[in-house]
Amino acid sequence: MRVHLRYFASLRDAAGVDTEVVEHLGDASSLYADLSARHGFMMPRERVRLAVNGAVVPWTQVLGDGDEVVFLPPVSGG
Amino acid sequence: MPSSESTTFRLNDHGIDVAGLRRRLEDPHCGAVVGFDGVVRDHHGGRAVSELRYEAYAELAEREGQAIVDEARARFAVRRIVAEHRVGLLAIGDVAVYVGVAAAHRDAAFAACRYVIDEIKSRVPIWKHEHYADGAAEWIHPD
Repeated sequence: MRVHLRYFASLRDAAGVDTEVVEHLGDASSLYADLSARHGFMMPRERVRLAVNGAVVPWTQVLGDGDEVVFLPPVSGG
Repeated sequence: MPSSESTTFRLNDHGIDVAGLRRRLEDPHCGAVVGFDGVVRDHHGGRAVSELRYEAYAELAEREGQAIVDEARARFAVRRIVAEHRVGLLAIGDVAVYVGVAAAHRDAAFAACRYVIDEIKSRVPIWKHEHYADGAAEWIHPD
């Protein structure tokens, strides 16, 4: 399965790219764990929200081929 | 509740026109207009801040922001809500966020305004990159 990732804020700085396409077999939690290992994300998953195709969804959401996946670190607008 | 011209949230990349937004709250039915201006300040956590940059996941931020103002319109006895949040580079004193609410009476206007700014701060995918006087910079990710 190929998913399209977009990164924001500290996760983008850590990844060094705005976007990437990755092959992944497994759920969103294992994807985040893989990316954390590869990019050195310091943000624990418990502090991150998951967005798929432009909507915030629970971590139990099943990912599909072609999904846009965004990991949202804690927000700081306002 | 469907959004309408009188209940809007937008991202803004050039400068918030508070007076212009305030005019959109005019309504002969409303005796209370409450506005909140969030302004860039020159310090955070004891450090001197020189400027900051806001970044948004724009599609989701606008959807989530619109959901918040629609929720407030449904929960409180208010007639009009306009909210804008800046993205991009901001200087000290710039307006980072504006929330304006018009209602028949003040209790609902204050409550709705408070609800909208609190929900924006906790839910909308916008991130602050603070630049400090000593040259360092940091993403703010509150606990």
